[in-house]
Amino acid sequence: MNFHKRSVLVSALALCLGMGSSTVMAQTVDIKLGFAAPLTGPQSHYGEDMRNGIQLALAEANAKKIKVGGKVANFVLVIRDDQADPRIAVQVAQQLVDADIRGVLGHFNSGTSIPASRIYNEAGLPQISTATAPAYTKQGYNTTFRMLTSDTQQGGAVGRFMVKKLNVKKVAIIDDRTAYGQGLADQVEKAVKESGGQVVRREYTTDKATDFASILTNVRTAGADAIFYAGADAQSGPLKRQMQQLGITAPLLSGEMSRTDTFLRLAGPAAEGTYASLAGLPIDTMPGGKTFKADYKARFNMEPGIYSPYSYDGTWNMVAAIEKAGSADPAKYLPVLAQQQRKGLTSESIAYDAAGDLKEVAVTIYRVKGGKWEPAETAVGQAGK
Amino acid sequence: MEKFAQQLANGVTLGSVYALVALGYTMVYGIIGLINFAHGEVVMIGAMVATAIAAALAVAHPGMAPAIVFGLCLLLAIPVCMGVGWTAERIAYRPLRKAPRLSTLITAIGVSIILQNGAMMIWGRNYLNFPRVVEPVVYGIGSVRINSVQLVIILIAAAIMASLLVLVHRTRLGVAMRATAQNREVAGLMGINIDTVISSAFLVGSALAAVAGLMISVYYGVVNYYMGFMLGLKAFTAAVLGGIGNLGGAMLGGVLLGVIEALASGYVGDLTGGFMGSHYQDVFAFVVLVLVLIVRPAGLLGERVGDRA
Repeated sequence: MNFHKRSVLVSALALCLGMGSSTVMAQTVDIKLGFAAPLTGPQSHYGEDMRNGIQLALAEANAKKIKVGGKVANFVLVIRDDQADPRIAVQVAQQLVDADIRGVLGHFNSGTSIPASRIYNEAGLPQISTATAPAYTKQGYNTTFRMLTSDTQQGGAVGRFMVKKLNVKKVAIIDDRTAYGQGLADQVEKAVKESGGQVVRREYTTDKATDFASILTNVRTAGADAIFYAGADAQSGPLKRQMQQLGITAPLLSGEMSRTDTFLRLAGPAAEGTYASLAGLPIDTMPGGKTFKADYKARFNMEPGIYSPYSYDGTWNMVAAIEKAGSADPAKYLPVLAQQQRKGLTSESIAYDAAGDLKEVAVTIYRVKGGKWEPAETAVGQAGK
Repeated sequence: MEKFAQQLANGVTLGSVYALVALGYTMVYGIIGLINFAHGEVVMIGAMVATAIAAALAVAHPGMAPAIVFGLCLLLAIPVCMGVGWTAERIAYRPLRKAPRLSTLITAIGVSIILQNGAMMIWGRNYLNFPRVVEPVVYGIGSVRINSVQLVIILIAAAIMASLLVLVHRTRLGVAMRATAQNREVAGLMGINIDTVISSAFLVGSALAAVAGLMISVYYGVVNYYMGFMLGLKAFTAAVLGGIGNLGGAMLGGVLLGVIEALASGYVGDLTGGFMGSHYQDVFAFVVLVLVLIVRPAGLLGERVGDRA
């Protein structure tokens, strides 16, 4: 009997709570945003960092009680793991669209963002991605936007840096044959040639390889003065280590996927002297860098990775556009998003060009010094360059 | 020519690791006719345990003598791998010993998936790095570079293979193993404890896997929970190339496969005019597997395989 009484009490309580929340519901509106990135597998640390940046931005947005169409917006992130696999990316993209999201923050990789962008475009959903492959915004879609520089911008900066600043004449380029690696490698090759350098060897590996002895032997035979690797840190770390074992003294340069602490950990002492480029300014010199670092650490109890500032900005871009348009309807806020210019964490002025690329782009080249990434050179590029 | 010599050196190092792993496949196959697809995962577990120990030691006792670090790694990795191999045989393969061969093969794939996911739960999904315990000394002959780690890998692999041959051909256990391989029932009638012999084949194979695991983690410096899958397939290919069930064949097949891979990935770009690149490295191993199965299914040194396959 006693038990029965208590269960009545519990259900009565639940009813009260339910009514309570439904009265709150009357004033708030849930806005679902989709997020997809590798959250398992060798690239999961990138996905996690990107997700943290987005969650930080959404938590701030929810705390601010932004009004959308007269109601307080409650942003909810729908998270999917694409495992950095283009095939799975297309599946989760469809799942996100079916989950009735209003916009997409992701995917992380170029190879996943490009095939998924077709599905989002058909659903009319704006997509802001960390993809860097030039092809991402060249598909004729009005829904694709970037969080980072495109490889045309980044690759150009690194290529010119090698030839002009490091005075390298002969460059060998290795890529992992992903959409990202291939695209970046092509842009670096172009920039090296335009700056008067010579590409003496192109070599290829995969994004799952650990043995680079034979390609490095080819690179050494070709007599390269510098080696550029386009791919993730899980490969560039061991690659740098094996360069040392083969007695290769030429410096290694790489893109932003290698400018990570994982690279330093995997390469060990061999990391010293490696260069890597990263879009934007160093985090400590970013307009809001110091606050971001502290907030991130307080919330996730770790240092921010390289992608979270950009995913944070990308998220705020979408939120700001929704607020400005006064509607989470993609058709209404998409034109606002495409036109808006705002001051963000990573840059004083974040705006997109007609294709969805970032208009103002700084590329910083970092160098490993004393076991840490130190800024070595900052070059500001322009859109389309 | 220099390039050729360097690729050869790269290939022999890779090949001696393949050979060690291939021995585990071939021993088990030789005795019970089972292709133990979980063997690659045992190597992975060995690598993971060794890396965990080395990482812990690097924090607790930095600057410890490399020989002691490696010794301690093996001291733990070998029993763990032996335990995994023995347990897999005891609970997964032994009950199926009289079942159709396909059942045990599928069971082996299942064991492999269990081990892989177990390792993922214990050590996580990220790449782990083996701390730099020893600074490799690079030796140069002309422009061919070979470092102390590579030399030690080749020498230790050779020494282990030699002692395995002694074990199989000169000891009582070896006689029992060979007898069991020839005819399990008759060997049993002669007073040989079949279960013990089969278990010991798994134990020896797993111990070799632990050593191979340590070698790989030291050489590449990185380990991951799925590293055993591709390695297992390569070693299986090596065993088939040499003639599965034949110990000498596994060694020859392993070294040969390593060299083929290194040379093929080193030259394919030049030979095909850039149509195929070195990222096809893994493909060559399986091209070799297909060719062997078409042209010489018994493998290079295999003769008794006909009645088994």
